[in-house]
Amino acid sequence: MEYIKTDLITALPELTVLCMAMFILLLDLFIKPKNRIVIYVLAQFTLLAAAYFTVSTYNPSVGYAFSNMFVDDPLADVLKLMTYLGTSMMLVYTRQYMQQRGMFRGEYYAMVLFSMLGMMIMISGQSMLTIYMGLELLSLCLYSLVAFDRDNARATEAAMKYFVLGALASGMLLYGMSMIYGMTGSLNITEISSVLLETNPKNPVLILGLVFIVAGLAFKFGAVPFQMWVPDVYQGAPTSITMLIGSVPKFAAFAITIRLLAQGLYPLAIDWQDMLLIMAVLSIAIGNITAIAQTNLKRMLAYSTISHIGFLLFGLMSANLNGFASSMFYITAYVLMTLAGFGMILLLSRQGFEAENLDDLKGLNQRSPWAAFLMLITMFSMAGVPPTLGFYAKFTVLQAALQAGFLWAVVFAVLMAAIGAFYYLRIVKLMYFDAPKDNSAISAPTDMQLVLSVNAVALLLLGIMPQTLMQICGVAISLSLQ
Amino acid sequence: MMTMDFLNSHVLSFSIWLPILAGVMVLLLGSDNKPNFTRWLALAFGLLAFAVTLPLYTHFNYADGGFQFQELARWIPAFNVNYHLGVDGIAAPLILLTSFTTVIVVIAAWEVITKNIAQYMAAFLIMSGLMIGVFSALDGLLYYVFWEAMLIPMFLVIGIWGGENRVYATIKFFLYTLLGSLLMLVAFIYLYHQTGSFEIADYYQLPLPLTAQILIFMAFFMAFAVKIPMWPVHTWLPDAHVEAPTGGSVILAAIMLKLGGYSFLRFAMPIAPDAAHYLSGFMITLSLIAIVYIALVALVQKDMKKLIAYSSISHMGFVTLGFFLFSQLGLEGAIVQMISHGFISAAMFLCVGVLYDRMHSRQIADYGGVVNTMPIFAAFAVLFAMANSGLPATSGFVGEFMVILAAVKYNFWVGFLAATTLIFGAAYSLWMVKRVFYGDIANSHVAELKDINKRELLILSVLALMVIGFGVYPQPLTEFTHATAAQFLSHMAISKLPVAGL
Repeated sequence: MEYIKTDLITALPELTVLCMAMFILLLDLFIKPKNRIVIYVLAQFTLLAAAYFTVSTYNPSVGYAFSNMFVDDPLADVLKLMTYLGTSMMLVYTRQYMQQRGMFRGEYYAMVLFSMLGMMIMISGQSMLTIYMGLELLSLCLYSLVAFDRDNARATEAAMKYFVLGALASGMLLYGMSMIYGMTGSLNITEISSVLLETNPKNPVLILGLVFIVAGLAFKFGAVPFQMWVPDVYQGAPTSITMLIGSVPKFAAFAITIRLLAQGLYPLAIDWQDMLLIMAVLSIAIGNITAIAQTNLKRMLAYSTISHIGFLLFGLMSANLNGFASSMFYITAYVLMTLAGFGMILLLSRQGFEAENLDDLKGLNQRSPWAAFLMLITMFSMAGVPPTLGFYAKFTVLQAALQAGFLWAVVFAVLMAAIGAFYYLRIVKLMYFDAPKDNSAISAPTDMQLVLSVNAVALLLLGIMPQTLMQICGVAISLSLQ
Repeated sequence: MMTMDFLNSHVLSFSIWLPILAGVMVLLLGSDNKPNFTRWLALAFGLLAFAVTLPLYTHFNYADGGFQFQELARWIPAFNVNYHLGVDGIAAPLILLTSFTTVIVVIAAWEVITKNIAQYMAAFLIMSGLMIGVFSALDGLLYYVFWEAMLIPMFLVIGIWGGENRVYATIKFFLYTLLGSLLMLVAFIYLYHQTGSFEIADYYQLPLPLTAQILIFMAFFMAFAVKIPMWPVHTWLPDAHVEAPTGGSVILAAIMLKLGGYSFLRFAMPIAPDAAHYLSGFMITLSLIAIVYIALVALVQKDMKKLIAYSSISHMGFVTLGFFLFSQLGLEGAIVQMISHGFISAAMFLCVGVLYDRMHSRQIADYGGVVNTMPIFAAFAVLFAMANSGLPATSGFVGEFMVILAAVKYNFWVGFLAATTLIFGAAYSLWMVKRVFYGDIANSHVAELKDINKRELLILSVLALMVIGFGVYPQPLTEFTHATAAQFLSHMAISKLPVAGL
């Protein structure tokens, strides 16, 4: 009895989110449409409560629950807190957008919470089974969210594409897991790694399993050559959902990569390092070069994501604590930048108008200098120009890769970063150097404007004072991966 | 009393952050609705920012060749990055030049800039702070942050207030510089992993094998050669200069080019001294190509700004030439040349600006006989053109003469080729003056020209005073640099190759 209690306390944040999501789903049946704002408030409250429970149960050691299938370590806590924060910001940004498009429904909030629950389970997954369960919960929610605007043909097509390819990726991941299970006899991350340390890790079945796992992970991240779904889904989904797909789930994807590769299959590091290197270099090259040709802002950001994932892999492939910590720093910076970038698209969109083409940004400096300034910071941060957060993100992963000896890959990456700077500069050019195409006033709720301002200015301030965030990532990684 | 102490021990921090905060204030308080208020505010801040840099002159210890006015604080302990500032005899005069030029640029923009005044003024104030940061950073990453951050305001200045082809020019400027800088970042990270810190002083002591030194030198070279710019990576400069507004051209020529020269002395050469010696032939060759070939290119230009841009590249060739002769005279001459070129090129671009504001053309062919309608202005323009061609008793002569002397000592033919600039420089400068200012009045537009107003007179007089002052009495400049140059050369003379058997 006692240990069930400990188990439940360990998973208190997850249980909170689960109960609240179901409650919201039920409540939505009894609430009048004009009072639906209550549901929004409840969703935000849920995030707050989850954050409270995560902080109050924090302890710097690693704890296990549910027969070692669930782990609660500092890494999980930090990533979960970041997930709540990102989701909360996303809900603030998307409220008006959903209202104006008739998608302001209870299911949206329930679905977002369920997908976040999936992320939390992934983050805390200590067994391959848990990880897979979380991943499927997340994926199924995202598939249906993409099709949330069900009369929109493009969104439905994107959802179909996402579903088919996503299911394939899940299948690959599962297949890889089964091979690893077959060779090690365990689903538990810690046990897998200790079995591998004792036996010969050069077994071909193991390597094959590893290949499938890496492919599955790459699919979820959207790394080349498994990136095909990214641009279509980004463009096709409603912008609010694109924002969700592009931002917080990356924390979860990062977490399961750490769990599977850095913890479970660490004895095979020498093999997965090479795989990650190839994907990283290709992602940076294809992401940056293809982005130049885009005219759709969402599609451009999709390719930009692919290149960011390439940089993220630079940290992971270093296969040491320094590298993992820098990847974590990178993913945090990436999520903040993505939220700000899509937040700006939502800010410029209005009833019946989607600001999703590059030309819609023309002359923004004349329409609203402040909005243009926020987007300016975001773009320079994505390009990795100091003094913004994006620079330190690139700096940390590159120094990790250089330390691990990938000199020429690093040189290649910085050359590609210079090419990539072009399409971010083009956005700045449109906003500052061109005359506006339409002069309609920018109207957005105060809370959204405020949060978006804080979000973008944070990219600058964290760039001037990056120490705290770096330290949080470093400590979380080193406490959790001893 | 306490505040005075605080001010005196943080001169460099104030020099950096005051203009940056001032820029933010101007952005917040100024607007196009109250243009005069915005201008006066910017001018007041500019003067204040200049004033806080003055202790670098009054309190400088000339006998000390090391770093002065040092400030040290932890910044990013995770990577052992420090907020470490300090200046030596090379950086201090360049910082003074920066804050001085910023005031000039603010005044020069007075009636010229009428749209987004606050943003324009703020961009220059912020840029000034960032450039001073570059000159005073003694930590590699801090330096890099300032170095790249200053691209952002310059990118906007050219792009928003520039000429017709401004978008092409500004994106080219940004990408060229960024590409070079990123390789420098890789070099910094490499050095960080070797020493465990970003302190420049640690890099100076680090022994490195020749291959590593050459790679590091080339990485730095990519960043600095683009900035100076050296032939053949100079092509962004004429575009950027032509399209930039007058203030942008002035800052580009007077300060930004010097950042590249300064950085050679701060990073590339002392960190990799053996590579610097090994590659000195290569560097001297590139410098001579810049001096001779680019001067010839300048001769055939039809656009005044382009001509001055090419002349800048040619003059910066003298700077790099002086560096790689490894002699006290050459080095000091190069530094004097940097400061002097800061005044002269600023003045030349302002002169073109004066004409452009009235005629909206930079083509030499559109002018002729300007002296008849603008006699006072013509006097100034001729003076600056003379200085640009290295006439004795102007500051342009001092640096070039010192470098030529050092070059002759190094190798007669190097000196000979360098000395041809006295002919070519005179040819393109004076020929331009002849075509623009002398002769009959070319057209009705020239006939309607009004001579310079008080504001323009003030700026040009101050610059003329500087150009003649340092030409007649260059002592203050050489005093600044003497001890530092000596220390630099003694450092360069010691090989950093690892001793065999250790």
